[in-house]
Amino acid sequence: MTDVTAPAEVVRAERPRKAHPFRDVLIKRLGFGVLTLFIVSILVFVATQILPGNAASAVLQNTATPARLHALELQMHLNRPAVAQYWSWLIGLLHGKLGTSLVSGASVTSLIGGRIVNTAVLMLLAGVIGTVIGVALGMLAAARRDSWLDHGLSVVALAVTALPEFVVAMALVVVFAALLWHILPAVSVFPPGASPWSSPSLLVLPVATLVIVIVPYTFRMMRAAMIDALESDYVEMARLKGMSRWRVLAVHALPNAIAPTIQVIGLNFLYLAGGVVVVEYVFNYPGLGQALVNAVSDRDIPVIQFIVLLLAAFYVAVNIATDLISLAATPRRRLPRS
Amino acid sequence: MTSDEVSSAVSGNGDGRVRLQVDELQVLRAPARGRSGIDVLDEVSFHVQPGQVLGLVGESGSGKTTMALALLGHVRRGLVIGGGKILVDGQDILSMTKRDLQRLRGRRVAYVPQDPSSALNPTLKIGTQLREVLASYEGDQQARDERLREMLVEVGLSTVPGILEKYPHQLSGGQQQRVGLAMAFACRPQLIVLDEPTTGLDVTTQRRVLETIRDLCRTYQVAAVYISHDLAVVAEIADHVAVMYAGRLAEVGPAREVFDTPAHPYSRGLLRAVPSLDRSHVLTGLAGHPPRPGSRPPGCFFQPRCEFALPACEEGQPPLVQVSDSGHSARCIRAVEVAGLSQPAGAAAARPASAEAEAALLEVRALSATYGPATVLHELTLSVPDRQCVAVVGMSGSGKTTLARCLVGLHPTWSGDVSFAGKPLARGIRRRSDEQLRRIQYVSQNPYMSLNPRRTVGQIVEQPLAHFERLSASGRQERVVEALTSAALRESFVDLYPDQLSGGERQRVAIARALVVRPDLMVCDEITSALDVSVQAAIIELLRGLQAERGLSLIFITHNLPLVRSIADQVVVMNGGRICETGTVGQVLQNPKDSYTAQLLADVPKLTTPVGEA
Amino acid sequence: MASNAALAVLQTAGRGRARRREWATVLSRAVRTPRGATGLSIVGVVVLIAAIGPAVAPYSSTEFVTAPFANPSAAFWLGGDTLGRDVLSRTLDGGWELLLMAAAATLLGVVAGAICGVSAAYFGGRWDTLIMRIVDIVLAFPQLVFALLLVSVLGPKIWLIILAVGISHAPQVARVTRAAALDVCERDFVRAAQILGMPARQVLRKEVLPNLTSVLMVELGLRLTYSILVIAGLSFLGFGLQPPAASWGLMINENRIGLVANPWGVLAPVLLIAALTIGMNTLTDAIARASLGVGRQADDALLAGISAAGAAQ
Repeated sequence: MTDVTAPAEVVRAERPRKAHPFRDVLIKRLGFGVLTLFIVSILVFVATQILPGNAASAVLQNTATPARLHALELQMHLNRPAVAQYWSWLIGLLHGKLGTSLVSGASVTSLIGGRIVNTAVLMLLAGVIGTVIGVALGMLAAARRDSWLDHGLSVVALAVTALPEFVVAMALVVVFAALLWHILPAVSVFPPGASPWSSPSLLVLPVATLVIVIVPYTFRMMRAAMIDALESDYVEMARLKGMSRWRVLAVHALPNAIAPTIQVIGLNFLYLAGGVVVVEYVFNYPGLGQALVNAVSDRDIPVIQFIVLLLAAFYVAVNIATDLISLAATPRRRLPRS
Repeated sequence: MTSDEVSSAVSGNGDGRVRLQVDELQVLRAPARGRSGIDVLDEVSFHVQPGQVLGLVGESGSGKTTMALALLGHVRRGLVIGGGKILVDGQDILSMTKRDLQRLRGRRVAYVPQDPSSALNPTLKIGTQLREVLASYEGDQQARDERLREMLVEVGLSTVPGILEKYPHQLSGGQQQRVGLAMAFACRPQLIVLDEPTTGLDVTTQRRVLETIRDLCRTYQVAAVYISHDLAVVAEIADHVAVMYAGRLAEVGPAREVFDTPAHPYSRGLLRAVPSLDRSHVLTGLAGHPPRPGSRPPGCFFQPRCEFALPACEEGQPPLVQVSDSGHSARCIRAVEVAGLSQPAGAAAARPASAEAEAALLEVRALSATYGPATVLHELTLSVPDRQCVAVVGMSGSGKTTLARCLVGLHPTWSGDVSFAGKPLARGIRRRSDEQLRRIQYVSQNPYMSLNPRRTVGQIVEQPLAHFERLSASGRQERVVEALTSAALRESFVDLYPDQLSGGERQRVAIARALVVRPDLMVCDEITSALDVSVQAAIIELLRGLQAERGLSLIFITHNLPLVRSIADQVVVMNGGRICETGTVGQVLQNPKDSYTAQLLADVPKLTTPVGEA
Repeated sequence: MASNAALAVLQTAGRGRARRREWATVLSRAVRTPRGATGLSIVGVVVLIAAIGPAVAPYSSTEFVTAPFANPSAAFWLGGDTLGRDVLSRTLDGGWELLLMAAAATLLGVVAGAICGVSAAYFGGRWDTLIMRIVDIVLAFPQLVFALLLVSVLGPKIWLIILAVGISHAPQVARVTRAAALDVCERDFVRAAQILGMPARQVLRKEVLPNLTSVLMVELGLRLTYSILVIAGLSFLGFGLQPPAASWGLMINENRIGLVANPWGVLAPVLLIAALTIGMNTLTDAIARASLGVGRQADDALLAGISAAGAAQ
């Protein structure tokens, strides 16, 4: 029996089929990502070197004497037209010449290099642990919807989600390091050059702070996505087909809850990029965040520029990764209608 | 096969063994905080024999989906089973343990969903979804694969290459529905519940699916409960019919008898509202609307709307009265009398138009429309004579909605010549004169989306008036009331908000809004497709009345062919963006010249001759 | 037909004019729930403290009146801070600027974001693409870092902080309102207005915007919470109001060292900030649930906005 398929209003057969949504998305996003970085670099440059009028005096402020001003201006190439400054800066960046710190005189690379690793470790640990806990709790709450467990978790999540990171950090310090107990160090001072793994106890509080901040959001999203899936028509159909409760949960509901969750996980990592700043500051953790705060206080422009660009690049990368993984998890978008 | 099945197969239908027996089923809204439960279904009893199809008919709010799910022992959130028995081959499924119920579903009792596009899991392949039903089928892996192949052939999917590896969104609506059928018949169940499985399918696909269902039921001696709001479809496929109203059975009996001699005033009313392909008759709607759970009147639920009502009808639920020996009974104290009345055929409708062409109000020549790079309408030519109704008929994707939008100005990318009242009509809204904009009005399909929920009915109807004409506030008020009255709505509706209205009432408000500026041409885009048949009938009659009184011309877009007979003078049949045939309604429906039209007419389900009979 | 209308009238008698202002209805419904009531009372208390605080503070917030980190006593209920100032007075003085700045930043962000989002949804096409691309770019860095960047060059000026935080809210608001507006603009009554030839501004004002009230209310609540977080965070890092001004964020940082000696210097502002944000969040959640109306699942309405925004890319 042949099937009379009714074509939709827009005659799809007349348009060329997109056979590789994956590739198309990747190319589009990469292209846009590069454009974004380009624009961000312009904005950063304008903000730090053009806006203040005379960037040199902004840096030196009260300590400016005509001689020092002049020296700094030369160092920062402020006597050249703006576009030329931007261009040479950009080329320099791409060649790996990140400039020298206005404060210490050392190259930016040597200052930042080790810190990138430290911050990366912190973010990775917090991201992974937080995500796993959040997802697990979310699934649990959805499966036992409206139970006291579910209500309890939801209320706690609602409260914790509202707290700023520094409040959480302070609370942890109060409980575990300063007032109630003294089992963990309140600051994480490493010997220079040492890897974060050398003294794990220094990692505990910073990671715990970040974990506590991202778990509630992940939990709520996972719970909502699971509930959506569990209330859907296709899950009802699976039940009516006589599928066991376990199969319904794991095979029918879960794969549909993944796509929105991936978005949340991506958002978590993006959030961590900012949250890390405050946490490192509180615990004196030698990472990028602390460096940024110090650089802002000292108006160390090359360092600020580099860290901000690094963060923007990280953002773009996470966004692209999230989009691609999301696409992979959604057959409806991955495989077009034939 | 068990010995029972063998004996049923050998002796055919009606050997006395009942496959499904429902006794006094009651489903309630879950009681909460001291309030007792409100019944959604009550006192429902019927039975079905192996190999037979029972059609369960009801309009929205009758509880038919709740009934369908209850047959599998399932209720939606917020509902509970209040009482009664559901016996499948003698076993009461309502008293089974969860585990037994789970084993029963899919294997002995199966369900075919209404909307296969949402009932199939978008992240699982078709093969996975089919195979999991077979997991408990007897035999080894080989036997299961064999059965899978067999199933695909039976439902007509074996010709689709690689279907097992596809995802649901890659199939068409008809194919998805066939997958649903395959899943249901896979384990050769004893009972199948089909919940409006052909809604949303075009007429030809629908016919094929109905044939498949019929064949499978006969072959496997399956008892089937087929739920639908479409009486014609039920007439085609059912052996017996049960009519539901407000959660109770109004009437039950052999299909032929119920349709020819309905014994309940509600069934009678419904049948008078169903349009027929063969004759143009006055469609009579039912005044009022069905009571919602919790606001049901004392006594017979239908009594407030019933033309046969007696004072005695208010004194408690009428008992089921037997009307004939073949199991035909109805819940009405005057059942026997009602059954004895003649066929509830409506009076033949008088068409105001004559056969001679009137001056054309709207002329369309070589209209082609594009949507992005694709051409969706190809060189359409048609005309709307003054004071007549032209029906534009086609299945989904035929381009009829695009045509409507082009004519109204919502879709500006078209080429060709369109003239209205002798003057050319510009492409988009911005370029048209105010006069033209006023004289052509548009009513769309979805009554739930066409009214601004934040405004009152009065404000909604007044809006076009305020835009086009300069009148004082009292002048506007007068016109608003005039428009509401023309749409058969009381003046008191002015202060209500849309969510306080039913679907039919909202559609009337949309019509009133179109009428308030006194247009010459009204474009109605599937305006009754989302409404129950009795409500549809009332709207159609309203439009006919407006045509006669005001000389209104109509372009009526629909996919429902029998409806065309009741409302239109001329008909245009569209397929794939082209016009297949045009002519007067009599010509086209009686003697179609185009093969597509002929096929459509043959595939339309009819209330008179069911499939399978010679 | 008459009975049709009659039945309808009977069933709906008395509900006619009850719904003049949607935001008022939703708000009143929200505060009647336990969540809403709790949230509102907590927020109310903190706002009261912040508003009246400066008037009732026993001492000036900049005078050195006691020993650094002195313990709480009858004269100084919360003891002394890092420089020997009265913790209680500084706490009472330290909230109103935070609140005002947060309110201003939120208003700026929501108005700007809503205008962009709604116009992107209504006009569609190139304008939509343009706005969404800009949104993506602005979202390419974290709010805090963006603010830090601007502060680093122009100094911690109040107007700058408000502007920076406000601008960083706009993209998220734009996304959410665009998703909601797309849904509304698809509906036939908007088309009906367009068919009349109504100009866009009128259609937007009369047909589209009134249907976005709930979404906007929820976004206002969420953004306000977030503004408070970011601005307090900035002030904690030393980039908000400069010493010797009293500001809760700054206090927490200043008094960290003496946590063991007198915890109140840290605890008081911490508790107040926490109460404010938790209360605000709870209230917003109650509003989100109240605005969904009958028949839909109320769970996690807040997240519906986020996933809608994400999906509408």
